[in-house]
Amino acid sequence: MGVEITTTRLEDAAKWAKASMADKAVNWGRKFSLFSYPFVTACCGMEFMSVAGPKYDLARFGAEFPRFSPRQSDLLMVVGTVTEKQGPAVKRVFDQMAEPKWVIAFGVCASTGGFYQNYSTMPGVDQVIPVDVYIPGCPPRPEQVLDAMIMLMDRIQSGRGHSQLRDKREQLIAARNDEG
Amino acid sequence: MAQKVLDALKSHHAAAIEHTESQHGDEIVWVKRDQLVPVATWLKTDPAMLFDAPVFCTCIDRLDWQPQGVPPSMRWTEDKPRFEVAYQLRSSKYRYRLRIKIAVPESDPRVPSLAALWPAFDWQERETFDMYGIRFDGHPDLRRIYMYDEFVGYPLRKDYPKEKRQPLVRRDDLPMNPIKVDRAHPGDK
Ligand code: SF4
Repeated sequence: MGVEITTTRLEDAAKWAKASMADKAVNWGRKFSLFSYPFVTACCGMEFMSVAGPKYDLARFGAEFPRFSPRQSDLLMVVGTVTEKQGPAVKRVFDQMAEPKWVIAFGVCASTGGFYQNYSTMPGVDQVIPVDVYIPGCPPRPEQVLDAMIMLMDRIQSGRGHSQLRDKREQLIAARNDEG
Repeated sequence: MAQKVLDALKSHHAAAIEHTESQHGDEIVWVKRDQLVPVATWLKTDPAMLFDAPVFCTCIDRLDWQPQGVPPSMRWTEDKPRFEVAYQLRSSKYRYRLRIKIAVPESDPRVPSLAALWPAFDWQERETFDMYGIRFDGHPDLRRIYMYDEFVGYPLRKDYPKEKRQPLVRRDDLPMNPIKVDRAHPGDK
């Protein structure tokens, strides 16, 4: 019998419960050492600054350093309105990041285009790159961002980030192909 | 106050001026398209005018302009020029303000460039070109300034569908929906 490709959350959870301790330890390390790359394009940037600043203090979750090089970061925060003209730039930054990587769409503009439903604005950055967590709000309150951060950390721990899922899927497919 | 400017323009360049009007304290002069550069040069250099400050350059698309409360004679019809290009000038010495307007038909959207006279109009004319497709003859570098070169059409024209996006990239699992090119406008490249 070949390995079946899991589709629902419950089945996934049952599989991951069996994941090795090593995986869990690695994911534990990953979730407390996120290096974020802030792709800040618009007004949401002000709110990002307040989250990163001392009052709300993103650093206490381990996301200490914003790295301004995609090659040194594993969390892409798309903060603000993304235009169609910027699409290739976002994709390139994302492609340059080290695996495994995660993406947060910060604000409604990055999530859906927000109220910019027009010829120039991309209707959500998920048109170009996969997104793990969407934060609604225009701009979101810092509490929402912290909530999203915790949600992302949960996902990383349980291996549900998009790049982790993709790796898992590829392993399963490879295993099934090996079995013939 | 700038009525003086309109009077002086009428006495010096009577042949170049279609008509003048004043609205809400702003003086507007409608200039014939082929006479724009001489009139503008005179406005910039004449010692009694010295319009040294360019404020903005833009365009108004009058397609289907049928507002209520406006006499039918002023509404837009097919036989009227579709675009108005507007230049706003200011004279910092005499504190005059003046708006130059040029009527531009859709079939031949060309206007002489004033970027050589006021270099600040360089990028503004590029913006007007980018958004409305007005060609500025004699402009040093008439390229799109906001939109990308792959963009087809002029987004602020009234007949451009406002949500028609022209994506450059999409995720591999999403369709690109390439835009069918509609080059109905005779002036288009
Ligand atoms: S979501 Fe609101 S605050 Fe954020 S970039 Fe868009 S318009 Fe600005």
